[in-house]
Amino acid sequence: MEIIQQLVNGISLGSIYALIALGYTMVYGIVKLINFAHGDVFMVGSFVGFYSITFLHLSFFPALILSMVACAVFGVLIERIAYKPLRNATRIAALITAIGVSLLIENGMIFFRGAQLEAYPNDILPTNKIDILGVTVESKSLLILGVSVALMIILQFVVHKTKIGKAMRAVSHDAEAAKLMGINVDNTISATFAIGSSLAGAAGVIFGTYYYKIEPLMGVIPGLKAFVAAVLGGIGIIPGAMVGGLLLGVIESLVSAAGGSLWRDGVAFIVLILILIFMPQGIFGKNKREKV
Amino acid sequence: METDTPLLKVEQVGIRFGGLKAVADVNMKLYSGELVGLIGPNGAGKTTLFNLLTGVYVPTDGRIFFKGENLRKQPPYKITKKGISRTFQNIRLFEELSVIDNVKVAYHSLAKHSILSSILRLPNHFSGEKEMEEKALEFLKLFNLDQYRDDKAKNLPYGQQRRLEIARALAANPELLLLDEPAAGMNPKETAQLMELIAFIREKFNLTVLLIEHDMSLVMGVCERIYVLDHGQLIAHGTPEEIRNHPKVIEAYLGEEVS
Amino acid sequence: MIKLKQTKGFWLSILFAFVLFTIVQVVISSAMINFYFVNMILTMGIYIILAVSLHLIIGITGQFSIGHAGFLAVGAYTSAVFTMKLGQPLLIGLIAGGLAAAMAGMLIGIPSLRLKGDYLAIATLGFGEIVRITFFNIDYIGGPSGMMVSQLTTWPWVFGCMLLTILVIRNFTNSTHGRACISVREDEIAADAMGINTTYYKVVAFLIGSFFAGVGGALWAHNFYIIQPSQFGFLKSFDILIFVVLGGLGSMSGAVIAAILLTLVSMLLTEYPETRMIIYSLILIFTMLYRPRGLLGTKEVTSLFTNRRNKKGGPKDGNRHTVA
Repeated sequence: MEIIQQLVNGISLGSIYALIALGYTMVYGIVKLINFAHGDVFMVGSFVGFYSITFLHLSFFPALILSMVACAVFGVLIERIAYKPLRNATRIAALITAIGVSLLIENGMIFFRGAQLEAYPNDILPTNKIDILGVTVESKSLLILGVSVALMIILQFVVHKTKIGKAMRAVSHDAEAAKLMGINVDNTISATFAIGSSLAGAAGVIFGTYYYKIEPLMGVIPGLKAFVAAVLGGIGIIPGAMVGGLLLGVIESLVSAAGGSLWRDGVAFIVLILILIFMPQGIFGKNKREKV
Repeated sequence: METDTPLLKVEQVGIRFGGLKAVADVNMKLYSGELVGLIGPNGAGKTTLFNLLTGVYVPTDGRIFFKGENLRKQPPYKITKKGISRTFQNIRLFEELSVIDNVKVAYHSLAKHSILSSILRLPNHFSGEKEMEEKALEFLKLFNLDQYRDDKAKNLPYGQQRRLEIARALAANPELLLLDEPAAGMNPKETAQLMELIAFIREKFNLTVLLIEHDMSLVMGVCERIYVLDHGQLIAHGTPEEIRNHPKVIEAYLGEEVS
Repeated sequence: MIKLKQTKGFWLSILFAFVLFTIVQVVISSAMINFYFVNMILTMGIYIILAVSLHLIIGITGQFSIGHAGFLAVGAYTSAVFTMKLGQPLLIGLIAGGLAAAMAGMLIGIPSLRLKGDYLAIATLGFGEIVRITFFNIDYIGGPSGMMVSQLTTWPWVFGCMLLTILVIRNFTNSTHGRACISVREDEIAADAMGINTTYYKVVAFLIGSFFAGVGGALWAHNFYIIQPSQFGFLKSFDILIFVVLGGLGSMSGAVIAAILLTLVSMLLTEYPETRMIIYSLILIFTMLYRPRGLLGTKEVTSLFTNRRNKKGGPKDGNRHTVA
């Protein structure tokens, strides 16, 4: 039963990765940029959630929504200020800028509030233990999983059924052609950043609720791992990010369970390098060729 | 049964990207010293065929022989060393390198000095570099590019960039030269000069040339034989005169003009 | 004529290097400056080695590697094992550190051949993290708490290694092999079409670059008394990356100047690490926004002098290339 317990932990962790990975994948799909600062948006979201709960005395859902809105605005600001001027620059220049933005957010946060830990209160969500076929599951885990899945379903709906979703798909397919068809490319890109960042914000609040401790550098490792998840699923592909995130969470939990808890952080990167070498297009990806 | 082995023999070559057949069932023979044209409307697969010949793409079907040797799965740099060199439709110079260094890069495979002798600055580093310098300069003079020798390639005027790309391709010492729309973006006068240049180098280096050109009239003037590609397939092959009156060719080109 | 000039510049550089070495050595041994400044000079020298070695990989060959701290760590730990555990002299430690890092460079270089641009960047970053986590888990070298290392790094060692790094990479770059690497950076497909074995030159660049990063790591280990896996995280990689980016992708003198300037800045801000990182990140962002090719672009300091000399017939002082 230990294995199933670990599986449940893995899925909870994985759903957080998946939420962050969605933002990576959407942004990469549309502007071909690895948005290094995305993990830091997740961190900011977690802090917004924390302050809404402790200072504004909001409950879980209002805090979640407030954090999502704040992160959406934040993401759009990052895009407009730092990335937009570089849209025609080399990809390396854009990547270096993204690294710069990431460092700036982390250290700006430390500068303004210090590097100390903060802990989410542990009574935000009910913590009943539920017994399912001999496996004890916290009701909190189920709720978190439910929220993650709900957000992913909403995302699928937005991408496939709404006008902005269609515009996003068109721009990621061919930005030039989309422009000629009268789609406002700038706004579509901003919308992508907004949606991706709001999901990261949600992930931040969920992370805080689940693991309690948050700090300014908390976004770095989950951010990188979420990127691994996005690559694993096939970068640019939305269902790929979800599957990749869940898979990575499960792999990590199983490695921990097998006694390699110190190696847990290394596993994601080993997975990454293996995937990049043997299956660079990811699980759901199509093979693309460079145009000569 | 041919008595003379062709320099390049393309047998039933094709490539699929996903389900799409970009090029299919292409057969071609090029004999030493020929100047052959490859024409076709936009998107007919001309550049894709070049990429197959130079190893950028690996054909999904068929075989390519160069001097009787199967080129299957040879990487591009090895194919270049065997004697096939090319230019690109969208000029691909080493922009930050000087004009002379662009040519020197093409000489690289002939370099006699090793990495170690360069690092230790052994005598054969100096002699090797000097030899490259002299050869490259000779080439630039031949192409009237020596006045630009220390300019960055990206700062050359457009027409000169095209010339430099051809010079660079020739510096790799090919027997078969593949030119991908060398006259694209040139005015009629520049085009005429270019065609003279091509005739001249062909004579001088005893080259075989395969020339992609979008503009039919241009190819008709210089090529001895012409292959016509449309929708990835060869639709005609013959002398300029035969091609001019070929119904399928007329149809292919008319079709393009209508759309 | 040109050859003669280069030779002259070369000997002038050697002379300048010798003078610089002697002055610093005299200043250090006469105890005119305190420990803090000696340490700053040594750190600067080590950062120059790291910057120049990464310059070969990113600036010359165009392989965007952001896991340089991984090579640094391999060099640091290997050399420390040789000197502290096996009782070997520092020289053996330096060579072993360099060779071990070069092997690691091969390891990452070979798979990276299939990757380009941002995928390569992520793979190298992942590699750096794997190295760190591996050291974290090896008890023989102290695991998370690290290893105590005696202070053996001195100015002559740092200077010698720095000079060697600069000379080797300069000589490599200014040869047909360096041009082959640059052609890979400029346009890999065209380089391939010109008969350049792009795979080979990428591996060579990783090999040479990581060797010197390993040497730098060995000097590093023997300068700070203790090495811990946490010192070699990707923030360290970014520290080195910023030298190369700010100096100019493709300019060795630019990387050297950036390493000197930024070491000074970070020494001044030792007490305010987050301010330092804020400044670093703003430098990265503004460099990319306003001077995406860095301060010097692909130019070298020497070429600035050459141009001026040609135009104004000024004094021949093109010697900063090698040393500064």
